Amino acid sequence: MNSTPSSPATSPAPFVSNPRVRRKLRQERIAQAVFATMVVLMLLPLLGILVYLVVRGAPLISWEFLTTNPSKGMTAGGIWSALLGTVWLVVVSLAFSAPIGVLAAVYLNEYAKDNWFTRVVNLAVVNLAGVPSIVHALFGLGAFVLFFGMGRSILAASLTLAVMTMPVVITATREALGAVPMSFREACWNVGATRWQTIRRIVLPNAVSGILTGVILEISRKAGETVPIMFTGAVFFRAIPEGDLFAYRLTDQCMALSMHLYTVTTQVTGAPAALPFAVATVLILAIILINATSIAIRAWLRSHRKW
Amino acid sequence: MHDSPPKIKVEQFSSWYGDKPVHKEISFHVRANEVLGIIGPAQSGKTTLLRAINRTLELTAGARSTGTIQVDGEDVRWVANVYELRRKIGMVAPLPVGLPLTIYDNVAFAPRCAGLSRKSDLDALVEKCLRQAALWDEVKDRLDSLGTKLSGGQQQRLTIARALSHQPEILCLDEFSIAIDPVTTMRIEEVLKELRKDITIILVTNLTQQARRLADRTMFLWNGEIIQLDRSEVIFSENPGNQKTYDYVHGIFG
Ligand SMILES: Nc1ncnc2c1ncn2[C@@H]1O[C@H](COP(=O)(O)OP(=O)(O)O)[C@@H](O)[C@H]1O
Ligand SMILES: [Mg+2]
Repeated sequence: MNSTPSSPATSPAPFVSNPRVRRKLRQERIAQAVFATMVVLMLLPLLGILVYLVVRGAPLISWEFLTTNPSKGMTAGGIWSALLGTVWLVVVSLAFSAPIGVLAAVYLNEYAKDNWFTRVVNLAVVNLAGVPSIVHALFGLGAFVLFFGMGRSILAASLTLAVMTMPVVITATREALGAVPMSFREACWNVGATRWQTIRRIVLPNAVSGILTGVILEISRKAGETVPIMFTGAVFFRAIPEGDLFAYRLTDQCMALSMHLYTVTTQVTGAPAALPFAVATVLILAIILINATSIAIRAWLRSHRKW
Repeated sequence: MHDSPPKIKVEQFSSWYGDKPVHKEISFHVRANEVLGIIGPAQSGKTTLLRAINRTLELTAGARSTGTIQVDGEDVRWVANVYELRRKIGMVAPLPVGLPLTIYDNVAFAPRCAGLSRKSDLDALVEKCLRQAALWDEVKDRLDSLGTKLSGGQQQRLTIARALSHQPEILCLDEFSIAIDPVTTMRIEEVLKELRKDITIILVTNLTQQARRLADRTMFLWNGEIIQLDRSEVIFSENPGNQKTYDYVHGIFG
């Protein structure tokens, strides 16, 4: 090896430890340590919340807790009517926002020309995502509850949630469609396929994982929202037949987990201290479960990627 | 000379991407069953010309064109069914594109889009096209594996099989050998020599010698203009009659 450090002007031989190299290595280690610390700082509160909730709420949670209505001024009993209400709100809302969002995204990504109209639409979608939920709540109240005369109901609340979470699914779908290489589309057009044939046979099947992720993200957002449904269809208390999945109708008002959590925390006196934590644990575990499903689906589809 | 009507007739054709001009009033024709080579440096408008012929140019935002392009005497701009026009023309892009489908479905894609669904018809067609593209022997035992997992050279032959699957009368190849090895290139050239008996071929190529080997006539396109279009013997002779052509063909262009 050449080790003549006599003239520092010539570039040093590789692997020879000199102050500059050592400083660079030290900087590298420091940078890595800083970033890793940030990851820990980010994870700590998340884990803290989860552990705290589960530890305090778990003793109350049982099958019975999930399947009986609240009773005695919500100081006893379970969360059945709230749990089923959340499921109804999410499902009904999804029935509107998922098809509309996905199809609108397909239009915007696959058909629309780049002109002022599409630019306005894109801007609207981006801004809709940033509108505070209280504004959506007021819109839902004005539009669905009053103007369209739906009254405070599952339908009105679901539509409000649908409007609010639409940008999530539109954005995710557009990203998924954009990830399908343009060369696939061109190859299809070259052999005389129409746009729709191309979309149906090539683009959509290969964008499914991204679209599903968007839809599932939407589900967890819908399940967690409180304000929009409070104004448009959720109530503090309602007893429904236990064990009947169709105990609600679209025109009914319903309970919801997120709102129930608010109620038992702030409005009810004499409830066991563990009750709010139990409700929160159920809500969070449900959302984690939904997101885990999304990750699993994605991983599966990724491993079956076709190119 | 015989005077059969031209397969493709281009007249006063000009094109633009936005404000940027590509072709400047070019006119030429392609005879039925000939191989027309198109050579020229990058950016000279070769790809754009092919895309104008099968009307996929209009799918690019901002692309415009004037003049006429006739295929079998019919102005492509006014054809009743643009998808039928595109099926009449097989198109092979520079980079191989295996669709994310099985090998079988890659070839059956276009016929299915055109409405063919009988299994026995599709089977026969898939085999015929894969044989024509000299790929059958390599893939006949794994037709249901993914086309995207083939090697580059195999994918390019799959692309050719797909371009033949809608039984085109014209085959356009756009620098098909740019991403594949010389051995596969020679195999595809053999394929083209077979195909030329039945169909008209436009061969855009970055390898001038490829045009010399295959083309009946060769067009030198430069900067959106036809510098020279003549029989390949002339273009590639010591005295093509045009200094630019001579320089380009002999690699002293610049
Ligand atoms: N999609 C496009 N948008 C804008 N300009 C383009 C596009 N495709 C090609 N061009 C331009 O048109 C000219 C001709 O390109 P092209 O037809 O691809 O040439 P070639 O195939 O001979 O390399 C080039 O100047 C290129 O930059
Ligand atoms: Mg090109």
